[in-house]
Amino acid sequence: MAGVTVERSTRASRAFGIVLLLGLVALATLPYWSGAGTMRLVSEMGYYLALAQLWNLLAGYAGLVSVGQQAYVGIGGYVLFYLTSDWGMHPLLAVALAGPIAAVISLPVALAVFRLRGAYFAVGTWVIAETFRLGVSLIESLGAGSGMSLTPAIVRQIAPDRAGRDLIVYWVSLAIVALVCAVVYLVLRSRHGLALAAIRDSEPASASLGVDTFRTKLTIYVVTAACTGVVGAFIFLQKLRLTPEVGFSINDWTVVVIFMVVIGGIGTLEGPILGVIVYFVLREFLSDYGTWYLILLGSVAVAIMLLAQEGLWGLIARRFDLRLFSLRRHLSH
Amino acid sequence: MTEWLNILIQGALLGGLYALFAIGLSLAFGIMRLVNIAHGDLIVLSAYIALVTVNATGMHPLASVVVVVPVMFALGYALQRGLLNFTLGGGLLAPLLVTFGISVIIQNVLLQVFNATTYRLQAGPIETASVGIGGIAVGVFPLIVFATATLSIAGLQLLFYRTAIGRAFRATSDDADTAELMGIDNRHLYALGLAIAMIFTAIAGVLMAVRSTFDPAAGPTRLIFAFEAVIIGGLGSLWGTLLGGMVLGIAQSVGSALSPSWQILAGHIAFLVILVLRPSGFFPRTRD
Repeated sequence: MAGVTVERSTRASRAFGIVLLLGLVALATLPYWSGAGTMRLVSEMGYYLALAQLWNLLAGYAGLVSVGQQAYVGIGGYVLFYLTSDWGMHPLLAVALAGPIAAVISLPVALAVFRLRGAYFAVGTWVIAETFRLGVSLIESLGAGSGMSLTPAIVRQIAPDRAGRDLIVYWVSLAIVALVCAVVYLVLRSRHGLALAAIRDSEPASASLGVDTFRTKLTIYVVTAACTGVVGAFIFLQKLRLTPEVGFSINDWTVVVIFMVVIGGIGTLEGPILGVIVYFVLREFLSDYGTWYLILLGSVAVAIMLLAQEGLWGLIARRFDLRLFSLRRHLSH
Repeated sequence: MTEWLNILIQGALLGGLYALFAIGLSLAFGIMRLVNIAHGDLIVLSAYIALVTVNATGMHPLASVVVVVPVMFALGYALQRGLLNFTLGGGLLAPLLVTFGISVIIQNVLLQVFNATTYRLQAGPIETASVGIGGIAVGVFPLIVFATATLSIAGLQLLFYRTAIGRAFRATSDDADTAELMGIDNRHLYALGLAIAMIFTAIAGVLMAVRSTFDPAAGPTRLIFAFEAVIIGGLGSLWGTLLGGMVLGIAQSVGSALSPSWQILAGHIAFLVILVLRPSGFFPRTRD
């Protein structure tokens, strides 16, 4: 076996790494060569990309198909609004703290929903999210059913003027998206990622080789919840207004995210990126049609699950034998 | 004392409706191992078909089942044969996400056709009629709903354990490959399975349309109630599902007696408590 080495990167993945870095630099300097409208769009695409990668890690890699991730988006939002309004905390610090708090909340939740298997797990996570939504709308100090707002005094802590605020919020959004994508990438390259691949191929076989399937899935669930909490807090830092209906909305934070991942290609890192782009392009042209737009998205998702489960990226990757992220190991001489 | 007894009885009878919501979900899981995320939306779709039928013919809302049941039966057969059969056998993701897509499609088609207006079917004097049992007035309509649920489950038990087709369903559920070797056409049988599930979905939809208001977005909540009844009762046990529905109904009606905004939340909390304490429900049967 002399001369054989295990490699993870391919020529395409190394080239893509450089493209990614250049893209990030271009996006970071965007405020100096583009307008506020583009910044808002990029930032929105960014947090949807983060949500899509997180759901993809959970459903596509760990087999935990959750339709209740809106629970952690809402929790993140409420952590931000409560800590800044009632404790006077700096908003950006509160966004960061949303992560550990969401993680702590996700542990007892996992102990309940992990008792359900497969598709029943999905509906169980949904019940949890509904429980949070209904529970929060009973709590007076969280504004009950009418919700909360971030006052101008709180927002001015980020920067005194509007332009400065937009700039900082934009950069923070880039940082959060980059961080979340890096976390997903690193989790998949870690031993947990290897364990996930083993569990996906055969749960009994991987368990007999010493993979602790429960612990691996629990770790993924908690990490995902923490990241989703941070993204949620950030989303509502931009929106400045939060109600239980919007914070825990399954349509806004889970349904469209699932469509993005499924259309792009579930179980790949490239798929969600493609899915987010396709979603926003379609939205640009079709959002005036409202319900028809959602009917179309639903039909496309159904068609993809029936005809090409690996999604658009899967079709491209197979046609050109292309892998942009170095996740798999392969031998080379 | 009488007041609380009243609350318990109302809750238990409400459980009959939840059991009817749950039968279709439970059957599809028991026979095809399919968890139908669009189940709640199919209940709501049945309600809308009843609405159209009543408006077009002027018949009594409860009589509209003679139209809604055959329509949903045919739709169930077509849906399984034309779409869902192709998702089975290849893991969890395809059936889950396909029915999820169907759920979004049904909701938005209903929204497009009927707007967001809430509707309710007026059934006349039967809605307010009641009989006195030991000093407690019990509504006739909730009694009819509960009796329908009980009869439906009894009928299904007969179908499964006393008929040839029932034996075929049980055989396919136990081991689909061997059943096929014995000459059973699984594709047809699965389609028939969803069609039969849709009979009860249709009945549930009509009864729901009389009992409460509905709108295009009402489906997901019905799915969650059905799911909670199934899990509380134990997967695969139909009588367990009836009990699960009653537990859920009682929890909701106790919650609502404390404060109206607690009704649904109390049901969810009861479900989660039972899930943690007794994860396989009261009458576990099927293993997944």
